[in-house]
Amino acid sequence: MSVQRLPAETFEELALPLFDQLHNFARWLTHDASEAEDLVQETYTKALRGFGSFQAGTNFRAWIFRILRNSFLTSRTGLRSKVTLDEEEAEMIASPAPSPEALLMAQANREAVRDALGELPIPFREILLLCEVEEMSYDEIAQVLAIPTGTVMSRLYRARKALRALLVQKLKGGTHGV
Amino acid sequence: MACEVWQEKLEAYIDGELPVPEASAFSAHLRQCSTCAAETLERVQMKRSVAAAAGNAYPARAEFRRKMLQRVSKPARRGQWWPRLVTLSAALILLISMANFYLSREKARQELVVSELTDLHVAALASSTPVDVVSTDRHTVKPWFEGRIPFSFNLPELSGTELSLVGGRVAYLGQTPGAHLIYRVRKHEISVFIFPDRGGITANLPSPVTKLSFTVASWAKDGLRYFVIGDVSASDVDGLSKLLRNAS
Repeated sequence: MSVQRLPAETFEELALPLFDQLHNFARWLTHDASEAEDLVQETYTKALRGFGSFQAGTNFRAWIFRILRNSFLTSRTGLRSKVTLDEEEAEMIASPAPSPEALLMAQANREAVRDALGELPIPFREILLLCEVEEMSYDEIAQVLAIPTGTVMSRLYRARKALRALLVQKLKGGTHGV
Repeated sequence: MACEVWQEKLEAYIDGELPVPEASAFSAHLRQCSTCAAETLERVQMKRSVAAAAGNAYPARAEFRRKMLQRVSKPARRGQWWPRLVTLSAALILLISMANFYLSREKARQELVVSELTDLHVAALASSTPVDVVSTDRHTVKPWFEGRIPFSFNLPELSGTELSLVGGRVAYLGQTPGAHLIYRVRKHEISVFIFPDRGGITANLPSPVTKLSFTVASWAKDGLRYFVIGDVSASDVDGLSKLLRNAS
C-alpha cells in the first residue's frame, strides 16, 4: 500500500540529509566559499520549486546533484570555467603512466591529492567527486552529468589517469615532500 | 583469460559495477595474478585517498547550515515572509493614511463648523436686529422657538451670575434649523447654538478652544449639539457651558 505524503514533507526528508554533500560538491566546483553557498541556496530553491516535476521513485540524489551542476554551469564562474574537454587535452593530461609505487606514495599525501583534484579540469574533477566521494553508481553519474553510461566509464578512466599523472608530477616537483 | 581482458574490467570492478558472476571471477583471478592484484590495490587506494581528501573537505558554515535547514524545514514559510511583510506594510500604510485622512477630514469639518458658527455670531451682532425674540427671560425665549425648530431645549437660571440673556433667533447650519441664543457678560456677547446632534455638525470640543480671539466650546447632550462662541475668556465660556449642561 502506497502512502501519499505531502510533497514538501518528502522534499525535506530527501533534501536535508544531502546538505553536506551538496555543499562540499559546490565548493569543489566553485573553489569559492560564498559562491558555493549561493550555489547550494540556488539548488535548494530550484529543487523545491521544481519538486513537483520530480518523479517519485526515481533517484532524488542524482536529480538534485544535477540541479546543482546545471546551476553551476550557468553561473558566472561556471560560464568562465572550461567545463568541456577536448580529446587532445585529455590525452596530454593523461600521460605519462606512473609506477604503482610512486602512486601509492603520492596517495598518502592528502594535501597533494587535494591540490591535484582541484587542478583537474572540471569534467574530470566532478566525475571523480561523484564516483569516489559520493559513491554514485555509473547510472546515477550518467543522470547527473546527462551523458550515456558508456561515456561515464570512459571519462572516469581518463579522469583517474589524469589525477594519477598530476599527483606524481606534483610529488616529483617537490612542492609536497613526503 | 588474459590479463588485458581483466584490465578492461578493473575500473568497473573497483567501482562495484561488475555483475556478480563477473566480479567473482575477477576476485578469483586476483588471487592468482600478482600484477593485476597490485594494480587493483593501487586503484582501490586511489579511490580511498580521493574520498578521504575530497569528502567533507569543506564543511558548511554553521550559520549557513542553520539558515538552509530552516528554509527547507519550513517550505510553507520559505519565500513567503516577504509578501506577507509587504501585505502587512501596505495594510498598515493604508490604515494610517485612512486614519489620517479621516482625522484631517474630521478636523477640517470641525473647523468649518466652528468658523461658520463664528460667522453667524459676528453677523448676528453686526445686524441691526441681532435677535428675533428680545427677552431676558428664558421662559419667554424657550416657547418662542416652539414650531420654529424641530426640537426643544432647556435654558439655565442666570441669577447670581454676571450673565444675562439678550434674546434668540433661528439659525441654520448645513440646512438644519437650530436655536441661536445670545448672552451678555460684561458688555461682551456670547452666542449659544443648539442643533440636532447629527453627523456633519459634530465637533467635540470638551474644553473651550480659543481661535482668532473667539473662544469656542462644544458638546453633545440628549441628542443635541451645543456650541458656545464668544470673544470672551475661556472661563466665561466655560461658566456658561456648565450652566447650559446642567439646565433642566
